[in-house]
Formats: sequence, structure tokens, C-alpha cells
Amino acid sequence: MTVAVRVIPCLDVDGGRVVKGVNFRGLRDAGDPVELAARYDQQGADELTFLDITASSGGRDTMYDVLRRAAEQVFIPLTAGGGVRSVSDVDRLLRAGADKVAVGTAAVARPELLAEAAERFGSQCVVLSVDARRAAPGTQPYPPSGFEVTTHGGRAGTGIDAVGWARRAAADLGAGEILLNSMDADGTASGFDLELIGAVRAAVTVPVIASGGAGALAHFAPAVDAGADAVLAASVFHFGTLRIAQVKDALRAAGHPVRTAC
Amino acid sequence: MTKRVVVLDYGSGNLRSAQRALQRAGADVTVTADPDAAADADGLAVPGVGAFAACMAGLRAVGGDKLIARRLELGRPVLGICVGMQVLFRAGIEHGTPTEGCAAWPGTVQRLDAAVLPHMGWNTVDPAAGSALFAGIPAGTRFYFVHSYALRSADAGGLAAAGALISWASHGERFAAAAERGVLSATQFHPEKSGDVGAALLRNWLEALP
Repeated sequence: MTVAVRVIPCLDVDGGRVVKGVNFRGLRDAGDPVELAARYDQQGADELTFLDITASSGGRDTMYDVLRRAAEQVFIPLTAGGGVRSVSDVDRLLRAGADKVAVGTAAVARPELLAEAAERFGSQCVVLSVDARRAAPGTQPYPPSGFEVTTHGGRAGTGIDAVGWARRAAADLGAGEILLNSMDADGTASGFDLELIGAVRAAVTVPVIASGGAGALAHFAPAVDAGADAVLAASVFHFGTLRIAQVKDALRAAGHPVRTAC
Repeated sequence: MTKRVVVLDYGSGNLRSAQRALQRAGADVTVTADPDAAADADGLAVPGVGAFAACMAGLRAVGGDKLIARRLELGRPVLGICVGMQVLFRAGIEHGTPTEGCAAWPGTVQRLDAAVLPHMGWNTVDPAAGSALFAGIPAGTRFYFVHSYALRSADAGGLAAAGALISWASHGERFAAAAERGVLSATQFHPEKSGDVGAALLRNWLEALP
């Protein structure tokens, strides 16, 4: 047997509340990330990702409380990300209860942040979050892979080659995993960007989490076929369009190993 | 009766996870590096994440290596988790550099030969016959792993010859997912992050504590 494909619900948290809409029957407080996390755990989530999208710095402290409470109730791995700027941010998130911390924009600005975090806490807890998009024709310099890194939630292009960045982060800077988000596919519900997944898979030997574009059961197995070790989705789970068990059934039917919820 | 467990605090991560999971499994848990408390507890848990050399340095800094040795001499149970398992062996080799371990068990921990590392996620474990840790847990149950190094099956001859029960998993190659000999037990995976099956394994360990 081999390691199971991980199915990871992602919770976007703003000021301690889940946003992007949650549509679950039976939740007392659909906006409470901790209650939602417990629900996903019961439904067989293999791991949970919390992304802090709080704009105000004052609202950020609520994220530590969310993690602390989630870690008291949920005994599966937790990843925290969003606005992580320094080694001390990583430290605080790990202490609050995160097992892994995703770093994105700040690592583009200062790549050494990855190395410093990996040196101090180990590569296993350092996730490079890459928000990639297909470079517009005429982009200068044009990224060789055709995919460029964006920052600030996809609002800013950088001209940096997304595949090369992932390779460097994993091979030279100690990132232990790549959270690969397609900004083109994100929000479309029309499927993962398989070409992007394949290009990054070929460039790194660390696990790759595919993110962005999940809208239907048929979307997940192709992402794994393209090289993803894990699949991440938000809206389809929050809105109840798909259940985690259905995604796992679809993966299993396609011949991929999955963990059966116990 | 409630079992008293000390989670050894030597600066490694995920101590709180181990504390919470052991509490959930029914133990009275203290996180400390106090030698008397650690010597006196019914069980000592040694979690560990990150690099072998860093964990060993942290352990030595609080006298953890001596504490473990002392408990084993006195026949008092110890549970190593992840790198906390790896440091129980004679040595670990990272980036070609060997680091001396606690040497409670023979063997050298090395990097797995696998296409994708770290080995991250839920993988199946084939429990050793007669294992106390896996009592009541079916073969093929999945536990959560995060590691790049392990006691590989090619390096496990000494451990087997020493009479340890070895439970196996595979990622690229076969490696020791758990080992048990006398009062010393260890898991390469994270029972504290393995949901209900992890809790069942921790309960098994707690129930066997004298």
C-alpha cells in the first residue's frame, strides 16, 4: 500500500470567522471555524488548512485563538497560512497548534524566510504557498514555464517563474511542501490547472497540494494523475456541493489510495 | 486509575499536540523537563519533529538522554514519537553526517529512498504479531506520517535480533513504523495527529503502563 491522497478542506478566516459562505445543516454557528473544522474532521478530512485573510493587523490575533481551540478538538494535522511575515509569526502559529505553516508573499519578498523557518522548526512544517497564473503574452521577462508568481492574493504579478520558484524553495530553501494555487482556475469551479500541477510535479520532489478550480467530483482524480499528492478545496465543501467522502470515493474509483474515515 | 504521563519538554515542536492527545486518551499529563517528575511518571513520552541532530542536542541540553536511559534501567515505560523514535537508535545520518543517538536500540536512521519526501500523509501500517500498541487495531489501518528519515528494513536486522516487535510501513521502501521491546515503545508516525486510531494506540500504551 502507499500513502493516501489527502483531501484537504480550506477555511478562509477573516477576523476569526469563516468567510466565502458556509452552507451546512446542523451547525450551530456556520461562521465558527472551530465548529466547521470539527465537522470536516468527522467527515473524513485528512488535514485542514486555515488561511487568515484578515486585512487589519489587530484582527490577526483571533487566528491564534482559532488554532488553539481547533487543536483542542481536532486530532488531525492543521496548516495555517495567510500574512505570515517572519520566523516569529511561524513560531506563534506552531505554538498555537498549527503543525505546518504556509508562507507566500513574504517568501517572495525575502526567500531566506523559508530557510530560516526550516532551519529552526524543520522542513516538515514549512509550506511554500505559490499563487500562480498564466503569464499574459508580452510579460517581461516572460517566465520560461509560462506561469508567473503572483502576490497579495493574486492582485500583483511578479514576473518570477512559478515553477522555478517552487523548485528553488524546495531544493535550496527547505520548503517541505508546495501549496500550489492556480489563480486562473480559482473560483471558476471548472477544474484544477493540470498543466501547472504537472510542471511543478516534475520540478520538485516534495509533496504538492493542488488548489484552485475544484467544482465537481470528476475534477479530483485528474489532479492526482497530473502529480498532486493532495487536493484542496473550499467552496465545494462549504456550500455542501460535495462531501469529502464523495471525493474519496471518486478518487478510489480512479485507482488512487484514500483513507477511509473511521 | 488515571495514569500520570510526562511529555518531555526539550524545545521540540508539537509537545502540546502530544499533551492534548494523551489527555484525550485519559492520562494526567504534564509537559516538563523536570528530571524528578520525568523519572517519577508512570509513562514518559518523547515527541520530536525537525532534524535528528537538533532534537538530540535539545535532549542532551535538558539531560533527556540520561533520563530515558535511567527509566529503561528501572523498567519504567518510555514512548518515542517521530524523531523521538529516531533518537532512540544508535545514530542518525543526515546529509552524510552521522549524529550519535540515545543508543537504546541498535540501528542507524537514514533517509528513505523515495521519489517524494517528506513522506507526508496517511499510510497503512502492518502491525507486528503480538504488538501491545496495535492491540485491537486492524492491519492496514492508516496513521499520519511526516518524515524523511527512518529505520529502513535493510538496517533493522539488529533491532529484530534484539527481540523487538517491529511494525512496518512502506514509502519507496519498507521501514519501521513502530517498534516495541520491553518498556520501550516508539512510533515513526504521529498518533497524536492520527485521529481516533491514534487515540486508540495511545490508550493501548496507557493501559499497559504499570
